Amino acid sequence: MALLSIFQTVPVHYYLVVSAMLFCIGVLGVLYRRNAIIIFMSIELMLNAVNLLLVAFSAYHNDSGGQVFVFFVMAVAAAEVAVGLAILVAIFRNVHAVDIDELKNLKW
Amino acid sequence: MTVLLLIVLLPLAGFLLNAFWGKRLPKVVSGWLASAVVFVSFVLSAYYFAGFVSGTQTKIDADIYRWIQFGDLFIGFGFLLDQLSAIWLMVVTGIGFLIHVYSISYMHDDERFAQFFSYLNLFIFFMLLLVLGNNLLVTFIGWEGVGLCSYLLIGFWFKNQDYNNAAKKAFVMNRIGDLGFLFGMFILLTHTGTLHFSNLASIQPGVLPKWILVAVTALLFIGATGKSAQIPLYTWLPDAMAGPTPVSALIHAATMVTAGIYLVARTGFLYAQAPETLTAVASIGAATAILAATIGVFQNDIKKVLAYSTVSQLGLMFVALGVGAYVSAVFHVVTHAFFKACLFLGSGSVIHALHGEQDIRRMGGLKKYMPVTYWTFLISSLAISGIFPFSGFFSKDEILAAAFAHHKILWVIAMLTSLLTAFYMFRLLFLTFTGEFRGTEEQRHHLHESPPLITIPLIILSALATVGGVLGLPEFLGFHHWLKNFLSPVVAKSGAHAHALSHSTELALMGGALAGAIVSIAYSYILFVRGGALPVPEGEEKGITRLVYHKYYVDEIYEKIIVQPVMFLSDIAYRLLDRRVIDGLVNTSGRLSMIAGGQIRKLQTGYIGYYMMFMVLSLVAVFVYALLIRL
Repeated sequence: MALLSIFQTVPVHYYLVVSAMLFCIGVLGVLYRRNAIIIFMSIELMLNAVNLLLVAFSAYHNDSGGQVFVFFVMAVAAAEVAVGLAILVAIFRNVHAVDIDELKNLKW
Repeated sequence: MTVLLLIVLLPLAGFLLNAFWGKRLPKVVSGWLASAVVFVSFVLSAYYFAGFVSGTQTKIDADIYRWIQFGDLFIGFGFLLDQLSAIWLMVVTGIGFLIHVYSISYMHDDERFAQFFSYLNLFIFFMLLLVLGNNLLVTFIGWEGVGLCSYLLIGFWFKNQDYNNAAKKAFVMNRIGDLGFLFGMFILLTHTGTLHFSNLASIQPGVLPKWILVAVTALLFIGATGKSAQIPLYTWLPDAMAGPTPVSALIHAATMVTAGIYLVARTGFLYAQAPETLTAVASIGAATAILAATIGVFQNDIKKVLAYSTVSQLGLMFVALGVGAYVSAVFHVVTHAFFKACLFLGSGSVIHALHGEQDIRRMGGLKKYMPVTYWTFLISSLAISGIFPFSGFFSKDEILAAAFAHHKILWVIAMLTSLLTAFYMFRLLFLTFTGEFRGTEEQRHHLHESPPLITIPLIILSALATVGGVLGLPEFLGFHHWLKNFLSPVVAKSGAHAHALSHSTELALMGGALAGAIVSIAYSYILFVRGGALPVPEGEEKGITRLVYHKYYVDEIYEKIIVQPVMFLSDIAYRLLDRRVIDGLVNTSGRLSMIAGGQIRKLQTGYIGYYMMFMVLSLVAVFVYALLIRL
């Protein structure tokens, strides 16, 4: 309960703003950066923006469901990263680059 | 019911066996197998027939399964066995078996022997379906099926383009008739909701409007004119002689072409309520009878003479149907099946002996080389000419009497037809079997009587043609008309007119017909045996002879007024509709998708960045849209 009150010292829309900013940074990172690893990190940023929002709402609504959900998101994200990094390694072995502009053979 | 099913399915089994494994079987096995299945069918049919004769067998009318069920509409797939179908059953399987046996010998040199027998079996199967169907649709399956087999068998020697054309002609003309049959069924179905013979028969007179009855009967009769070769659809039958001779005997003389008679007799209860159609049936029958008989007088191909004779005899049967003498028509179908099958098989025997020669101008004097063929041919010719005591005498006399009672003009035409029949049949007989042989020396050298497999069916059929008359001995002489009593449960209103005649009139008619036939034969004898007259060579006919020899140019007229315009129209349709419109539509749609694809594929650049941008933009669009509808 003490934890909850600490959370609640900050108004909920602050969390909303932070979360939205994090998400936008993630989106822009995905769109602008060319390095596949950084794109990956940006995706993680977006996921975490959502996680933050979930936790915040969970606290404010007194509903632990949101926090449980976050654990799932983290677990899935970890799995996704494992697969994604494996793909990246495979790509690097083929084209010796992690620049996504180099990966343009798959067309037409 | 199971036995009945067996009768139908055995020929089908024979067809399948010969169609799939026939080539691997020795010819003897495949031929006798095909004959055996028909023989078993015949024995089983005879069992039923005997049951009907002794009165122990009752009518079978049962659906095997519910075939078409749609709303109120119900059509079953079922069989109807009564006295009428039993007679056809006997004729189809009995004569069918004899002709199968005959074919074993006749076709023994043919490399597609097994295929021939599979077609014959298939034909028997469809013919049995036709006569056993308990509703018009099942009958129609058989009707179409026999048409198909007829096509396959006319064009059996398909390497000859003329034969192919003959087969196509037969098929197309039959299809024209079938269209009438179909429309007749549609009208019946719309207005009565049923096609079952038993249901249709139980409709009380007056329930259906007059025009429907007339339309239905007329349309069904159009179907009959196609199948039974009546004006205006008769020209395919003479051409159908392109098929092997056993086929001509089985399909184009004894069985399939009588399907039209069967249809009218079967639906006689409808025709009885539509006297207008019956008048048309009688008129067309009479016109066909006399037309075909006159053409028959001048033909020089042994099979063509018989073909025109078949058309003419079928015309007489329709006259009988048209005047309401259903029993006489059925009687003539049976006797005609006997003697015409025998005549065709006899002509096959002659053709076989002469190695394919069919022109009677190059025959003659075959009597001493082929006595069995000669005598059986003679008996059948006497029968078809209506000479006492052969079967044709009785059946033809009944038709003549019924025609006389109905309308004198019909009688005059029928009488003329039978006189001509007697004349041209004996012209054929004399030119073929008497006098000197007019063929080549080599042919003379090879002349021989046909083997027993050919002569035995001939002997059996000629015996039947001799005694077939006992089925219907004239009643007015105090005899018992067996066939009439036999058919009385099925065909109610038959022969009513014939009774209107006094005994003396009937006797006079009978005597007159007999005397006329004898005079015709005598005239033919004087002309062709005493006088030694020969048909003139090709192209030297004069005047009316020329007109008749060329079959009144009916084929040429059809060619000009129907075939060529249709060809012209189809050519236009091909160039315009097919090439431009339909092909154009297909090609345009193909080209459109190619152009569209060519443009749209450029979106797929391969750059992951683009994809992600599109993804994000699309998501934003979705969110904006969702937001907008909230507001």
